[in-house]
Amino acid sequence: MAMSKETKKVLFGPILDNNPIALQVLGICSALAITTKLETALVMSLALTAVVAFSNLFISLIRNQIPSSVRIIIQMTIIASLVIVVDQILKAYSYEISKQLSVFVGLIITNCIVMGRAEAYAMKNPPMMSFLDGIGNGLGYSFILIVIGTIKELFGFGTILGFEILPLVQNGGWYQGNGLLILPFSSFILIAGMIWFIRTIRPQQVEPKE
Amino acid sequence: MSAKKETLGRTVGVVVAVCLVCSIVVSGAAVGLRSLQQHNAALDKQTNILDAAGLLADAKGNIAKTYEERVEERFVDLSTGNYVEKPSADFDMYKAAKDPATSTKLEGSNVGFQRKPNVASVYLVKDDAGQVSRIILPVHGSGLWDLMYAFLAVDADGQTARGLVYYQQKETPGLGGEVLNPSWKAKWDGKQLFENGDVAIKVKKNASPDDEHAVDALSGATLTSNGVQYTLDFWLGEQGFGPFLAKQPWKS
Repeated sequence: MAMSKETKKVLFGPILDNNPIALQVLGICSALAITTKLETALVMSLALTAVVAFSNLFISLIRNQIPSSVRIIIQMTIIASLVIVVDQILKAYSYEISKQLSVFVGLIITNCIVMGRAEAYAMKNPPMMSFLDGIGNGLGYSFILIVIGTIKELFGFGTILGFEILPLVQNGGWYQGNGLLILPFSSFILIAGMIWFIRTIRPQQVEPKE
Repeated sequence: MSAKKETLGRTVGVVVAVCLVCSIVVSGAAVGLRSLQQHNAALDKQTNILDAAGLLADAKGNIAKTYEERVEERFVDLSTGNYVEKPSADFDMYKAAKDPATSTKLEGSNVGFQRKPNVASVYLVKDDAGQVSRIILPVHGSGLWDLMYAFLAVDADGQTARGLVYYQQKETPGLGGEVLNPSWKAKWDGKQLFENGDVAIKVKKNASPDDEHAVDALSGATLTSNGVQYTLDFWLGEQGFGPFLAKQPWKS
């Protein structure tokens, strides 16, 4: 199957044109909390992408069987099961990082992106496209997390992925780490900055004045 | 969304089927990965003990083997300071502290927890000749946000600190989280814990590096520093490992 225009739009659209964080403003809570270090942001991105992709796939597979009166509960059950599996895998293969992510992996269950995509896309579209839509939205989420994680780690700790880039004063260097960037709420400013940037290069995303 | 999907029987059937499949997947993952997870947790603990023992660089990644050769776990009755037999096959001092049968309630302590175990683990580190070179004491107490757990390494003289390694804490990164900073950890090496039999180690502001009873507090983290102080006051005192360190049973 060659990449049709539709496939491309589903897969790469969410990165800039329809970003789940920047345009739909979903999934902010985890983006605030786990972007202090790039490494945790990367693992969280992977975990979330896997969960959205597979929850979309499975929900789409049984979308014609799901009674609409209990569809949200069934979506939650599938998402919760996937999150537990991801959490168990992290604990088994990446213990250090799972310790740092602590409760945030579990909180993927309540991440609005996962529920939002299941309800808005997977319930109406065939499995393969839903799977791609999940990966696309995971990429959109990852894009924001990675940019913010890089900025916060570089200017907060002077490192990238633990490698020293700007030597800190505490360790005999010249760079005074920015304490604000270490704290979770500084992501608000950075996410706002990214929304501004994306809307500057994609002016059609700006909401009309009321 | 046809009407026939909405019968009661069908709804219940779909829900039960989805739940069954999901529970099989979840329990499969939990059971299948359990041994790996326990292995990881044990390795993590051994890594931290070797870090406190100052052997992490020597271990060169071979944590389990180095731990096996150099570290011995013993059990101490906190009230007498004597060695005792391992209380049970799967003994864990933090679980024991929750059981009224194996713990004692604390009165008027500011360390941050309510019960202490009657028997605690200690880890003896041996040098190449088989002599005890360091004693690793598990200590914990409240920090700013939550309990902080650490291993305190004491020299074989029972008086001199060799290191304080925090392995589980939730302090603010960059402030209280600096308990993990290597340069702060290095300040503990060589400090005297006692003076005339009393706990004398102090975590205080602007402590001189030459003061053998004081360690510089963490800047911007007064409550974490206080927590470290209370933790050491408790665990080195009469209620904690004080009797054990005074008797020095590892020498006989």
